[in-house]
Amino acid sequence: MSRLRTAASALSGGTGPVIALLALVFAAIAVANPGFFEGPSLMAFLKQAAPLVILAAGQYFVIVSGNFDLSVGALVGAQVVIAARLIDGEESRTLPVLGVMLLFGLAVGLANGLITTALKVQSFITTLGMMLVLYGAIRLWTGGAPTGGLSEAFRGPGRRGIDGLPLIGQLPWALLAMIGLGAAAVWLMRTRFGRILVATGDNDLAAERSGARIDTVRTAAFVLSGLSATIAGVLIGGYAGVSAQVGEGMEFTVITAVVLGGVVLGGGRGSVVAAMAGALAIEALFALFNQLALPSTLRPSVQGLIIIAAVAYAAKRSARRPVPAIATTTTDPS
Amino acid sequence: MSARRLDTTALIYLALAGIVALGGVAVAVRGGNLFSTANLVDMLTRTSLTGFLAIGMTLVILCRSLDLSVGYTAALSSLVAATTMDGDPDRIVLGAAAALLIAGLIGAANGAIVAFLGVNPFIATLGVGLIIKGYLDTEYQGPAGLVPTAFQQFGYTRIAFVPVSTIVMLVLAAAGIWFLRSTRTGHHMYAVGGDSDIARMSGVRTERVLMCAHILCGVLAGVAGLLLAARFGTGSAESYTNLYELDAIAAVVLGGTLLLGGRGGVAGTVAGVAILAVLDTVFNVMQVNPFAKDVLRGAIIIAAVAVYARRQLSRTARRPRFADAGTAAETGRS
Repeated sequence: MSRLRTAASALSGGTGPVIALLALVFAAIAVANPGFFEGPSLMAFLKQAAPLVILAAGQYFVIVSGNFDLSVGALVGAQVVIAARLIDGEESRTLPVLGVMLLFGLAVGLANGLITTALKVQSFITTLGMMLVLYGAIRLWTGGAPTGGLSEAFRGPGRRGIDGLPLIGQLPWALLAMIGLGAAAVWLMRTRFGRILVATGDNDLAAERSGARIDTVRTAAFVLSGLSATIAGVLIGGYAGVSAQVGEGMEFTVITAVVLGGVVLGGGRGSVVAAMAGALAIEALFALFNQLALPSTLRPSVQGLIIIAAVAYAAKRSARRPVPAIATTTTDPS
Repeated sequence: MSARRLDTTALIYLALAGIVALGGVAVAVRGGNLFSTANLVDMLTRTSLTGFLAIGMTLVILCRSLDLSVGYTAALSSLVAATTMDGDPDRIVLGAAAALLIAGLIGAANGAIVAFLGVNPFIATLGVGLIIKGYLDTEYQGPAGLVPTAFQQFGYTRIAFVPVSTIVMLVLAAAGIWFLRSTRTGHHMYAVGGDSDIARMSGVRTERVLMCAHILCGVLAGVAGLLLAARFGTGSAESYTNLYELDAIAAVVLGGTLLLGGRGGVAGTVAGVAILAVLDTVFNVMQVNPFAKDVLRGAIIIAAVAVYARRQLSRTARRPRFADAGTAAETGRS
């Protein structure tokens, strides 16, 4: 019974609009190009969309706990450049370098989290500074342009999959990673940690008074974001290869995606499924642009319009709630 | 209250003096002279562009808002000015007026979306910025328009070693200080940033105050656009790639204005702008790798905010409104 109610509230709450938007965009794509939904091309779309969806899950943890992570774009770029430089085309180095990348992502997330929680620097500034530091450090290390090359094994997860399946042809590894990590994120939000994370974002004072270690969960959220950027970096590097522009502007796209999913900046509201659906909706929108052969330069404009409209809509909805002034009384998401 | 605020500002000017002294010594050790005319001109020239943007940014941040669109607004108004003037000295006034009008309208749009639609300022101004970016990318592939030589003087003329643009910036900064200290709307900005609900209940028309701050911020971005046009001699859409908005936010925060609004001022911001400019010049003279500059800059911004956060913690504890939060934070740390 309670399961059912949770599911119902998930649909009627923040998740509803983004699912509707997703359906609308898919319908528009279907009209523009019916062939899009045939197995292979749909798989290709999902393969391309997977990194953003994974990043959105990571960013969700940070946003729902009341912070921002503006450093993910720079981190994705840094990870790809690190991989290329360290692997340098040698197959045997793939696994150790993946280990190094994971540690690096973890370290960056930890640094973001500790500076934000222990030094009380607003996350906007922390991660903005981190973005500058990463951007500069990576170019300093490589002398301006990325050097080296990726190994075939490294590129596998981003571009290949399980071949020879009926109907869909290839099941991309990226899609499997996206589904697996998505499920893990949903599970994580149902654990004690997830509950505390949302409570912290909603009202950190109340959460702290209730005995929650708010600094710990907030730091953990940054670490999760750093790890998601690492995985996204592996997938993007595999899919698109190495360039100095990898990851540029991605932090804003991913925040757009999360907010599009009905997650409220400032924390405490929204679901991780909706955040990932928001990322999928953005990618679908870009795919629609391709189908309609619109100039890609118009993308930002449409992205901007949609994000403002979505948040204005959400703000209007929350304003109609009976007790809007006191955040603590509206913990029930329904 | 005002004595305490002066404290912070004094601290920032002390920091500025310290950085100038340290920079001077560091350059002297390398056998250079930081205070040679060329270096002074370089330093002061760097202050003007960020200065215009940062003064406007101070106003919106004081109101607990933000403007991520200023870089795009500046690029657009540089194009409007250059294409309207089109090399004709008689149309200088018309071109400048058109640019400022457009910039003010963009600011008004930002303000309206934030104040009346209740959209989070981060999202609202990011969205507006993206809309402008899409327009610029679609309409202008390269530089457009021509700025008459008479107007280019705004970018290059200087009196002794002080560029005219810096003088204009300082005059506007003085106007900003006067506005915040001596006008009703200025005082209301602090009230709205401190607590919007309390300000509204005290009879402040919070929407109007927000609109005013955003419009002024837009117009100042327009002035920055005019300076860009004067320096380049043409309108340039590409200038938004320099992420001026992040520089401006960094300067404001370095200047001691709280990102959460309600505290700070233009005087501190000018010092923040100057600190960034001095650092840039010192790095330049010492031929520090440009990428190392980004790293140092990011680290300095984080460190500065961490220092302010320390000071802020002890001070907010004295205010009854935050008495609970202060003690809770202290017990949490011990």
